[in-house]
Formats: sequence, C-alpha cells, structure tokens
Amino acid sequence: MKVYLLADFGSTYTKLTAVDLELSHILATTQCPTTVKTDIAEGLNHATAEIENQIGKFEIEALHACSSAAGGLRMVVSGLVEELTAEAARVAALGAGARVIRVFSNKMTKGDVRELETIQPDLFLLTGGTDGGDEQCILANAATVAKLNLTCPILIAGNCQATDECFEILSAAGKESRICPNVLPKLGTLNIQPVQEEIRALFLKRIIQAKGLSRVTRLLDDIMMPTPVAVLKALTLLAHGTDKECGIGPLMAVDLGGATCDVYSISAGSPKESNTVMRGLPEPEAKRTVEGDIGMRINAYGVVEAAGGLERLTAMSGVSMQETTDLLSQFSKNPSVLPETAAMEQLDKALASLALEVSTIRHAGTISEAYTPAGLMYIQEGKDLRDIRQLLFIGGTLIRTRYPQAIAECCRYSPARPESLRPEQFDLYLDKRYILSAMGVLSEIHPNEALRLMKKEICFE
Amino acid sequence: MDQKKKIVLGVIGADVHAVGLQILDFSFTEAGFEVINLGVMVSQEEFINAAIETNADAIVISSLYGHGELDCKGMREKCIEAGIGEILLYVGGNIVVGKQLFSDVEKRFLDMKFDRVFPPGTDPTEGIRWLRQDLHMDEEA
Repeated sequence: MKVYLLADFGSTYTKLTAVDLELSHILATTQCPTTVKTDIAEGLNHATAEIENQIGKFEIEALHACSSAAGGLRMVVSGLVEELTAEAARVAALGAGARVIRVFSNKMTKGDVRELETIQPDLFLLTGGTDGGDEQCILANAATVAKLNLTCPILIAGNCQATDECFEILSAAGKESRICPNVLPKLGTLNIQPVQEEIRALFLKRIIQAKGLSRVTRLLDDIMMPTPVAVLKALTLLAHGTDKECGIGPLMAVDLGGATCDVYSISAGSPKESNTVMRGLPEPEAKRTVEGDIGMRINAYGVVEAAGGLERLTAMSGVSMQETTDLLSQFSKNPSVLPETAAMEQLDKALASLALEVSTIRHAGTISEAYTPAGLMYIQEGKDLRDIRQLLFIGGTLIRTRYPQAIAECCRYSPARPESLRPEQFDLYLDKRYILSAMGVLSEIHPNEALRLMKKEICFE
Repeated sequence: MDQKKKIVLGVIGADVHAVGLQILDFSFTEAGFEVINLGVMVSQEEFINAAIETNADAIVISSLYGHGELDCKGMREKCIEAGIGEILLYVGGNIVVGKQLFSDVEKRFLDMKFDRVFPPGTDPTEGIRWLRQDLHMDEEA
C-alpha cells in the first residue's frame, strides 16, 4: 500500500494524516505531542508508528508538512495611515499565516522602537505610501529599523519609488532585506499576493531553521507552509472547486483554540444592493482574521471582557457566579484542562458561543444607514457575508463539544445586531478528524484528490 | 515634467451625486493630473487619509446637495492636525442651501481656509486653470 503522509507541526501536537490517493480515502489520522525542544522528528516518528498500529505497515509515497510550531510565524508590520497601508500590511501578513504581534502606523517613535526590540519578530514588513505617494514615512522607518538590534529579515513592500533607497539603508546596516511590490499600489487596490509569496519563501528559508524544524526537512518533500496558509488554501479549494469538480461555494470557517480564535471567509462579500456605498480598504476574497484576546483557556477572561462581562456568561451557562469565577481561574492557568463536570461543560459551551460571537462580528463587514436627499443609502465596510450558506468548525473545542449547533447560532446574522453582516442561513460542517491543514498541503500537488477527500470527509458527499 | 500632480477628488458628506464627479475625474485626467477618485459619500477623514498616503498636491471637494458648508467645516483644521496643513483645498458645486449671493458664499468658505471656491455650473477648465496656477505648473514647464 502506498501512502501519502501529511504532517501538521502544531505548538502542542504533531498531527498526521495518512491518505490513499488512488482510493480517495483517509486511512487514518493521529496526533502526538510536538517535540520541538529536543528533535521535532521524534514526535513525527511516534505519530507514524501510531498510524502503523492503526493500518499496518505501509510504504510512504510522499511526506509533506505545514507548521505553526514554536509560536508560528511572528510578524510585526508598519505602514503610514492606520486604516490604509498599515491595514493592508496587516491583512497581507495574516493571509500569509503569520501571527501579527504589532502594527505600527506613521513614523515609529522611540517607544515603538523599544517595543520592536523586545518583540524580536521572525519577520518585519515595512510599508507606507502608495506608488508615487508618500516617501518620507517609509524612509524614516527604514532608517530607524536599520539602527536597531534586530536580526530578522525585513520585507519592503511600500511606495515603489522609495523601496530601493530603503533597501540600501537597511543593507548598509547589515540587515537582510528584500523588495516586494507595494501592498497598496493605488488607493483602493490591494496587492498582497507577491508579498505573501515572499513571506512563505522566507518562512521556508529562515523560520524553519530557527524553529528546530530543519532536522525533519530531510525527511520531508519540498512542500512546507505555515499551517494557517494550508487551512486557507484548503478552504479556498473547497469553496471554488477545480476545473474538473465544483466546490461547495462561499463559506466561513472558525478555529477556536485555547489562546486564539481564527476566522476564515471565502467570499467576495460585495454589496448586495445598488444603494450601498463601499468604504475603507478592499478586503481579500480569501480572508483570515485572528483574535489574539479570544480563547477557551489562556484567554477565557478575554472572551468575558469582550462579550460583555461575567453576568452575560453566567446567564448563558446557568452556572453560578461563584463556580464560574473558580472555573475561569482554573481555565486561564491550565491550558490543557478538559471539561469533566456538567458545570464545566455548560461553561465551555457558553464561552465558545461568546467567543464565536465576538470573533465573527470582528471578522464580518458592517453596514450603516445614511439618510440622504436621494433617500436611504447604506454604507458598507468590509465584506457582506450574509449570503454564505456554509459554516465549518475546525479543531479543538468546536469539534469536541456536544453542542456544535447551539454554538454555531452565535455566528449567525442577528436582528439584534443588524449592522454586522454575518451569514443568515447556513449548514454546519465539522472537520472532525482535523484534516483541513493536511488537505491544504495536499492541494499543492493533487487539488482534485484533496477536494474530493474534503467533500467526502467533511461534507459527506 | 517627471511626475504628474496628484489630486484627491470626491463628493463630501451624505451626497450621492456621481455624474458631476465623473466629469471632473475625466477632465482633470485629460488635463494631465493623476486623479485619486474616492467616489461619493466621502468623509473629511477619508479625504485627508488618502491625501497623506498618496502625497497629493490638492484635495478637490464636490458637493451638490446644499449641505456642503456643514460638511466642510473644520476641514482645514483637521488637515493641519494631520500634518498636511499646507495642502490646496478646493470646493465647488451647489455648496449652500437656497439662492445666496455667491460672493458671500465664497467669503465664508475662504474664511474656512479653502483656497478656491467655485459656484454651480463652473466649467471644469476653470478649476484646471486655477490648479495649474496654484501648483506653479506653468512656471515649471
């Protein structure tokens, strides 16, 4: 039997998916603790042995992987106007699978500099100015960064008329830097793909070595990407389909972990009515947002704070205030605690519901009314996701819970919040065996097979 | 001339009159300007952010629905606050309510530190002529 192995090196677990491509069948999935401190190959070997236990001896046809181990790809970005180039840079980094630790706008201050030196990101993205626009800000920031004690590579993706000079300034100071096309060449035109490809190339070259992954690269074939990119690729494929097979159409997906909540949408999200005016930066069709303050364990308090306080949580869960306080304290200190009692289960359900409400509201676009002499007009910012008919839950709590449908309700468009353009009607799908990242990696070589596997495994087609 | 002069153009406030804006966009572009057209229902902040990011030479505001005076109040002050206090500010169209003497209207907008004010029915060439003069384009050529 010839088997395709797809590995996902997470910060806690190494997940492995074994696929029989000819039969279009997922043979087995498993997970073992990630061993980034010693040799990351150990965890992989354990997982491979575990798969052998399940399906017997096999011959490996290929082994591909994605990774978010050792903190993932930590990035800091800078731009000029907060809502324009700084936002474009943030969107580009998020879509490239990065954890965006900090966004700077305008010329960096001494405080910003201290912060950046403390953060020591894996990658710094320097932008500012449309092509032919402002040069001062990006040049000033290049000069500032050149003087810093910073070892990470720097990507320059701002005003094309200033990038050569930025490169010279940074190179003269011994900084590794590369020039990319501007993330915002014209106002209203987002161009993030080239910079995302460069981020991935740098991820391969530098980050993997730095994160102790180089020792497994001998074992791996040439495909390697940050895990969120793999998920985004899988979702895009599932929505669009290929030349040979159709996809399932626009969708939204949520991955709720202990510390963060990722939301993905694959949808153009264009205005539905002719009396709607678009505002703000255009958003990518395949969009990813990460909420760094929303999570089930480490950031349980973040959920409470963002969703309107303890009273709301207790009203929703039915768990007493005293017990809620005790459990929250336990959750935030111990990331690995699983719900054991009925109270814990109810609290988890309420926490997950509120976490998804907050995260999907932040992800989706908004609409507001404006009364004009020409009648009622609407102003839309971000994407209108009301027409999305499919919602996917990925990983963790959302897969383990006994109440996925009830939790999913909190992702729905609500008349109580008419400004938030979230999906109105949807079917819920669960990625029970956590195959999405594996399918994203597989889609690089075998898109048709990856699509069929996802439809079979997740959508039961 | 190595680089085109840049103007940020849009209809301010809750005004959706798009036709005149297209004519202005076309005329300015034909006259050799680079036009950053923000469309209709544009806020002061959007004009200013666009001008900063593109390093524009002028902001040209169109308004047809009579509330232009309210919409434009404080525009120069915000430009100063945002670091582009010296930028040229033009406004034109049906910018006040009712039939008022244009010289009075013009004075009120000049007091608000707009550089040029244009009455209804102004030919775009008029605006172009002033832009060329205020941006010293003919001296450079």
